[in-house]
Amino acid sequence: MKFGVVVFPGSNCDYDTFHVLQNVMGQETVFLWHKEHDLRGVDCVVLPGGFSYGDYLRSGAIARFSPIMREVKKFAGSGGLVLGICNGFQILLEAGLLPGAMLRNKNLKFLCQHVHIRIENNRTAFSSAGHRGQVLRIPIAHFDGNYYAPPDLLSELEKNKQVVFRYCDENGKLSEEANVNGSAHSIAGLINHQGNVLGMMPHPERASEKILGSEDGKIIFRSMIDYLEKKRGTGKKKATRAFRPTVTPLPPLIGTF
Amino acid sequence: MKVRILVSLKESVLDPQGQTVRNALHTLGYHQVKDVRQGKVFEIELEGLDRAEAEKVIPEIADRVLANPIIEKFSWEILEA
Repeated sequence: MKFGVVVFPGSNCDYDTFHVLQNVMGQETVFLWHKEHDLRGVDCVVLPGGFSYGDYLRSGAIARFSPIMREVKKFAGSGGLVLGICNGFQILLEAGLLPGAMLRNKNLKFLCQHVHIRIENNRTAFSSAGHRGQVLRIPIAHFDGNYYAPPDLLSELEKNKQVVFRYCDENGKLSEEANVNGSAHSIAGLINHQGNVLGMMPHPERASEKILGSEDGKIIFRSMIDYLEKKRGTGKKKATRAFRPTVTPLPPLIGTF
Repeated sequence: MKVRILVSLKESVLDPQGQTVRNALHTLGYHQVKDVRQGKVFEIELEGLDRAEAEKVIPEIADRVLANPIIEKFSWEILEA
């Protein structure tokens, strides 16, 4: 499968995401510069973490007007798989591809730590490799991750099972303490109604190798690859499933701001 | 034409920054301060628009870009014609 990692000025998890998709998950991966008008035939778009456009105005507010976002919206509209991680999640919210908004963390601090999240819905293209109630250990690093939606929208999201991940403690229990940033309903990851766009604040690309302390993030990427392979109906599942820890040098970024 | 646009969180949205400022003011002895809401101010200079056109464009800019209507509200005034 071919993955595209969008690079905005200020993205800083783009290379980590590229590395995990290509070298850990063994998938063809390309960078998509924010000024591009073409998604280059990718099967999936990933909006990585960072501080796009310095997060001026509001996190993700300027990035949504990038030329590439027009294409991402079209792609998502026709059922293409889109994953937004951290700042990528904020961009998806600002772009209206996911409902709701982000507020500053409840304690007004930038939070950079490992957290536990619970899989609430494993019947999605982003969580099928895990099971419902499974607890994942994945780091967060954000200032504005306090998910907000008005009450009627929250009940709609719950009814449609659009909450995919919730902050919890290591035993999978929800609590105010475990909900580190103060998100409504402890929401850590959210999917759109159609089921093809997911945003999550935790960074799965920072938890996909043993040496980094957790491989739980691979469940998200594995699920996406499984979904795409099933969709395409490829018979070569085993070949692409193989773990290939080759270190391919990453291409230099071409483009100007 | 000079315009001032004020963006702040809706009343229904918790404003932890405003609360922190209020608490700090209380610590300093300003107990008269009942509540603080923090927001952003944009001072914008427009050209080539008459007043009627500006009154159409300003809320459009505020609604599309400067404020996130899910969590924020805005108000505006024309400072100089």
